[in-house]
Amino acid sequence: MGMSLQQIVFGVLSIISIISALGVILSKNPVTSVLCLIVTFFTIAGHYIMLNAQFLAVVHIIVYAGAIMVLFLFVIMLMNLNAEIEPQKRSWLKYAGAISGGALLLVLLAALREASVSSLQPGAVEIGLISNLGKTLFSTYVLPFEVSSILFLSAMVGAVVIGKKEGHES
Amino acid sequence: MPVQYYIFLSIVLFCIGVMGVLMRRNAIIIFMCVELMLNAVNLLMVAFSKMWADAGRVDAAGAQIFVFFIMVVAAAEVAVGLAIIVMVYRKSQSVDINIMNRLKN
Amino acid sequence: MQHVWIVLGVLFVFLNIAAGLIWVERRLLALWQDRLGPNRAGPLGLFIVLADTLKLFFKEDWIPPFADKWVFILAPTVVVASVLMGLAIIPFAPGIVVADLNVGLMFFLAMSSLGVYSIVLGGWASNNKYSLLGALRGASQMIAYEVFMGLSLMGVVMLSRSFNLTEIVAAQEKIWYVFLQPVGFIIFFIAGLAETHRLPFDIPEAESELIAGFHAEYSGMKFGMFFIGEYLGISLISAMTVTLFFGGWLGPAFLPPVVWFFLKTFLFIGLFILLRASLPRPRYDQLMAYGWKLLLPLVLANLLITGAVALWLKS
Repeated sequence: MGMSLQQIVFGVLSIISIISALGVILSKNPVTSVLCLIVTFFTIAGHYIMLNAQFLAVVHIIVYAGAIMVLFLFVIMLMNLNAEIEPQKRSWLKYAGAISGGALLLVLLAALREASVSSLQPGAVEIGLISNLGKTLFSTYVLPFEVSSILFLSAMVGAVVIGKKEGHES
Repeated sequence: MPVQYYIFLSIVLFCIGVMGVLMRRNAIIIFMCVELMLNAVNLLMVAFSKMWADAGRVDAAGAQIFVFFIMVVAAAEVAVGLAIIVMVYRKSQSVDINIMNRLKN
Repeated sequence: MQHVWIVLGVLFVFLNIAAGLIWVERRLLALWQDRLGPNRAGPLGLFIVLADTLKLFFKEDWIPPFADKWVFILAPTVVVASVLMGLAIIPFAPGIVVADLNVGLMFFLAMSSLGVYSIVLGGWASNNKYSLLGALRGASQMIAYEVFMGLSLMGVVMLSRSFNLTEIVAAQEKIWYVFLQPVGFIIFFIAGLAETHRLPFDIPEAESELIAGFHAEYSGMKFGMFFIGEYLGISLISAMTVTLFFGGWLGPAFLPPVVWFFLKTFLFIGLFILLRASLPRPRYDQLMAYGWKLLLPLVLANLLITGAVALWLKS
């Protein structure tokens, strides 16, 4: 069976991402979960590069690995969480969760097994280049872009207001 | 390479995220599983973008812009969400999601 | 085949610069503090590099029993790996670059943002109060200054209309960007100091308050990795400063381009060491207030004015 290089890379990346995603939900220690999720994000960035979306791959690493996961680690360290004080569900609830998640997986896989979509061409496309995306972003999608800046401002104010210690108002 | 492969990978990642939300009680882990689900969707969207670009559609970049906006919203969401979790922890010394039950009275 | 030689050459040169900086830093510090510095082993004390490296290799490599073993081992490798990845996109001379990416500048920002993990994980895994405090300080300092670093570079991108570093250098043929973007340069350099957590911004380590902060529990070659990572980080920030603001390899023709590049880079490495010799360490809250209340408005105003002028010149 001849497998192209692309398929081999896809297979390796996919196996790593699925194993590390399982690590996120199965590990007892929250810091291990965060590390597993970082590995998953790196493999997803690898998939983006394979799909010729270089800009998104780099933004993905900056935003998720460089900022969001550091925030998660920061909070976990601030609370000094570890495996001993990790809250555990009753085991039958855990099994119920796993079974319903698995059922969803089966339903989705069965429904989309026969979906007829075309194949990806191995050649590169220009679509993921910064200049191309920038032109689209600032012409067709300029309104959502501006609105998202307001979203950021409100999120910033919201985080500060929520995080402020009480008793400082007076 | 068939786009189906990417569809299947995204479904598996998404369902792992769903399982995590259902199986864990730690609010931070649940939050991380939500991020995982968002990323599964992002991956699928980038794959479809490549598929439409191969088919010669000029507006295929729209999907990548959409992924970009999802990242933007996710960043804002994490800032507010983690602030809420830290506040709950300060009040109750716990990150157990069941603490939130107390809100109903 | 030529590509392999470039990769090996970059690794060889920068690892040797990082090791040589052990000697350079001590001699220069001594010069500015009116002392002699290391002068016993070898000519001008040069063999201190060898002696120091050997010492690090033969020290007991101790993993504290209360530490999280795997994370403890992982942490020092992250900083070296991320900085070496960052070096991959720097063009040393026309054609001499490991990876000529079209998203080069963003790749540099991504890699420099990964360096924070070594501090956070190292501080957490050590399971020591001082280390944890150092890690928390390091995380907030580096996340904050990453923002200013990214924003300060966008002015350069506006002028050169490219994220590719080779094109950015080529666009400085007529005039170096330090003259067009002086504010951007200063903010980038300050943010670079904070990202490499060098004095005066060595708040995560702060010997006098936190013993040695995030790497208090490290010894032997694991400490050596943090040490080398810091020197590599200095070299990376200096090389990026030269590439983005001081015309990279460009210079009068009587010296080859690579020589110009390294001459300029060494000048900035010297500046890093001079800053260490001359400035006191600010308090943690002063550092954060300085960043968010002074640097952020300044860098945003710089961006606004650069964009406006670029548009005005175009029309």
